[in-house]
Amino acid sequence: MKMMKTVLATAIASSFVMGATAQADDHGMSDNELRIGYLADMSGTYRDLAGPNGETAMRMAIEDFGGSVNGREITVLSADDRNSPDVASSTVREWIESDKVDMVQGLVASSVSIATTKVTNGTDTLALVNGSAASSITNEHCTPNHIHWTYDTYPLANGTAQAVVAEGGDSWFMVTADYAFGHALEADVTKVVESNGGEIVGGVRHPLSTDDFSSYMLQAQASGADVVGLANAGGDTVNSIITAGEFGLAQSGQTVAALLLFLTDVHALGVETAQGIQLTTGWYWDKDEEARAWADRFYEETGARPSMVHAGIYSSTMHYLKGVEATGSDKAADVRAWMADNEINDMFAQGGYVREDGRMVHDMYLAEVKTPAESENEWDLYEIVRTIPGDQAFRPLSESKCPLVR
Amino acid sequence: MTMIFGVPAAAFYGQLLLGLINGAFYALLSLGLAVIFGLLKIINFSHGAQYMLGAFAAYLLLSVLGINYWAALFLAPLIVGLLGVLIERYLLRRIAHIDHIYGLLLTFGLALVIQGTFTNWFGVSGSRYPVPELLQGGINLGFMFLPIYRAWIVVVALVVCFGVWFMIEKTKLGGYLRAGTENSALMQAFGVNVPLLVTLTYGFGVGLAALGGVLAAPVYSVSPDMGSNLLIVVFAVVVIGGMGSIVGAILTGLLMGIVEGLTKVYYPEASNVVIFLVMIIVLLVRPAGLFGKGA
Amino acid sequence: MATTDTKISAAQLAKQAENRRRNIFYLVLLALALVAPFVAYPVFLMKILCFALFACAFNLLLGYAGLLSFGHAAFLATGGYMTGFLLSTYSITPEIGIITGTLASTVLGTFFGILSIRRQGIYFAMITLALAQMVFFMYLQADFTGGEDGLQGVPRGNLFGIFDLSNNLTMYYFVLAVFIFGFLLIQRTVHSPFGQVLKAIRENEPRAISLGYNTDVYKLVAFVISAAIAGLAGSTKTVVFQLASLGDAHWHMSGEVILMTLVGGVGTLFGPVLGAGFVLTLEHQLSQSFLGDWVDVILGVIFVVCVLTFRAGIVGEVQKFMKKNFN
Repeated sequence: MKMMKTVLATAIASSFVMGATAQADDHGMSDNELRIGYLADMSGTYRDLAGPNGETAMRMAIEDFGGSVNGREITVLSADDRNSPDVASSTVREWIESDKVDMVQGLVASSVSIATTKVTNGTDTLALVNGSAASSITNEHCTPNHIHWTYDTYPLANGTAQAVVAEGGDSWFMVTADYAFGHALEADVTKVVESNGGEIVGGVRHPLSTDDFSSYMLQAQASGADVVGLANAGGDTVNSIITAGEFGLAQSGQTVAALLLFLTDVHALGVETAQGIQLTTGWYWDKDEEARAWADRFYEETGARPSMVHAGIYSSTMHYLKGVEATGSDKAADVRAWMADNEINDMFAQGGYVREDGRMVHDMYLAEVKTPAESENEWDLYEIVRTIPGDQAFRPLSESKCPLVR
Repeated sequence: MTMIFGVPAAAFYGQLLLGLINGAFYALLSLGLAVIFGLLKIINFSHGAQYMLGAFAAYLLLSVLGINYWAALFLAPLIVGLLGVLIERYLLRRIAHIDHIYGLLLTFGLALVIQGTFTNWFGVSGSRYPVPELLQGGINLGFMFLPIYRAWIVVVALVVCFGVWFMIEKTKLGGYLRAGTENSALMQAFGVNVPLLVTLTYGFGVGLAALGGVLAAPVYSVSPDMGSNLLIVVFAVVVIGGMGSIVGAILTGLLMGIVEGLTKVYYPEASNVVIFLVMIIVLLVRPAGLFGKGA
Repeated sequence: MATTDTKISAAQLAKQAENRRRNIFYLVLLALALVAPFVAYPVFLMKILCFALFACAFNLLLGYAGLLSFGHAAFLATGGYMTGFLLSTYSITPEIGIITGTLASTVLGTFFGILSIRRQGIYFAMITLALAQMVFFMYLQADFTGGEDGLQGVPRGNLFGIFDLSNNLTMYYFVLAVFIFGFLLIQRTVHSPFGQVLKAIRENEPRAISLGYNTDVYKLVAFVISAAIAGLAGSTKTVVFQLASLGDAHWHMSGEVILMTLVGGVGTLFGPVLGAGFVLTLEHQLSQSFLGDWVDVILGVIFVVCVLTFRAGIVGEVQKFMKKNFN
């Protein structure tokens, strides 16, 4: 049924695209350059997630596209958002008003992404959110001027929780970061666990940026739960996992389920500490031939393997440029319509599509961190266990609070 | 099951012990701050960054030069301490004669430089430092599983704290230090090389911070921002204890670790503000701090 | 007799001349500020004005009472969150939101002040830092702040129900008016007898006490005024950017305002304004250049260099230079 819909949508889309191309004169390119602004945390907490390497990924896409579109040269502006929504908001405003930037790419901290999309909303500039985790970006904060590409918390929590419960881990102890993000993640997990017949037997809320998790891990251990769910992120997750290993949670028969864990985190932890952890990811560099080939090129440029965010930046930039070319327009509304009407088939996603709320829906992957014996090199980290089909992974539109979905 | 204030006794003792372990870190860091403050009269704002440097020094010694934990335990504080000596000799000394607030600002700037540089070099994800083989595993204490390494942290921190206290209160060198704190001009007149004493003191205090970093490396992720939040908590510890005595710094550190540990059981949401709350109460009741001498 | 008379009148003349020069200087600045939004980017100018006011508030404490607060971010954030929350929840006009936000940080300032002014120097700095960190954690956990996402999409609304602030120019002139109000308030405070007592306390507190001044009350009042104006800056900033976020409450922000004041000139009226402009422009330029990753390091280096060689700041050094060469 879903398939039919997609096919139909594509058919309608292609006829629409022809119409759009015919009208290119009305819309057209606004000036003689296509300008893309890369905005991300270059020096703070989220630097490794997108950061300078994300800019490299974006430039790779532009290069691969040929450096120009519709005879217009593509120029790149880049800025450090310093994780501050003020900086993001004023930078993007200036980009739009003074520099006539057509698209903003990157966007990591959720506050930065939301501030940016509030600015682009109602303009001719499109924002492609790649680094952020918050699912609110295409829920209550959705706008017609942005697309959330790589991932969000909903499939991460859902995918991992479902898989773990399916394997018999039905009593959970939640270690939750005590702020809105952690609470949302915890609520998502609770729903999945309970609807699959599991039970949350206890939990503890820790403050953001806690160094010492020993106390929480001891409480988790004492609870006797099968699974310790980590509803936190970044350094907190890394330190939780280190401490769980130290206190021998695995030896006492408990599984750790990290709900938001990135390749860079696992790399930092090393397979020795992280082995066996299950997680959900939007992409993995070693998942297939095409991904590997691209990852090799990325490695040559940066000396690191790309995370899903880097791949998402490449993929979304490419799809955007194709849209600009096809519609002959750099107006957000035109390009976004094209991007929604045409499936994404590249090294990042197969059969991906953009929903009306701005969510790019694509397959997600349940991965397990390899053991030291299985891992052949420092970046050989995941074993893909299962593919989670896109339309099961993301928040269904029926639950959406986005005003664009009606 | 025996209950203590509504919590199983086993959990209670476990958390008490963990609190003590964290307290050992606080004690080590606030001790370093106290030693530096005693002679230089400045609060070393780069203490957190130097703690981080200690952890990174250990990490780099191992990953680049293959030097193991036991050697790093001495080498890393020595290297970072030498860096401290340079900082005192070429930067802090130049502003020693003016308002000590500038010392705080200078070290704040240094902290930004050190942390920013390491972020650029190593990224923010952090790295893992393995627990040395001899200290791997744990013991079952009956009420909790205690990783041997955690026990080691407490032992080392307590031994070092006691050693420093002994050196300052009971030896001749410590006598110079205390005398220098009281009246450095007079000491200079007696033929003690006070500037050298100051330089070495700063280096020593920084070395203590670095030692804290080395001890922390195997239990936390070694990352550029590992010291930045810790430092503010240690500042609060220092305010609570009052900059009066070495013993005060050590005892307050341990005590606050325990207070924080117990908060994590009874009301975890408040665990990172509890030390600040204690600080407020102490300021209202005893503005000079628990061990402070006058205002 | 006659000679003393002429002496006095000469001194008075010199003072009058200086006042005249200063007035001309401020008038020129005002004229520049009025035309600025036609030349430069108005939102960025508004940002500078908000931070300049914030730095002036901070400077009132450091420059005139000798108290280094390392927790002023808490007041900026409190003003911002309160205003942002009120404007997005209730349909009130922006000036009511800003006044309430300012009041909220005044209350917080009173609380901080009572706790911290009992200790001096470094202790004072550490206590304010610790208190501000506590406030940071409370805002992180509280529901009404929107946690990590912050408060977003705060409506700018109509000033007094009449002027539409969504127009950047209208907004700019409103912010300029708020800034001038805050700046004049600080100037009046500094030049009043109250300000003179503050300076006396800064120079020699025991002597001020022995002269019969209750120095704690003076310091507390200065602290509360400073917190209130910092809150005003935060409230206004929220209306400008239509958002309030945790970054404003972080201790980095407290450090940044110190840097602004230090670079511009501690204890000079105009220094913090210049410092705020300098630091923000530098950050803005750096963040978009190839040195983007090194912003923190460069700010740190500026900090160190200022402390070592440039303690009087831009305005202070210029004043020293003028005194040396023209007197």
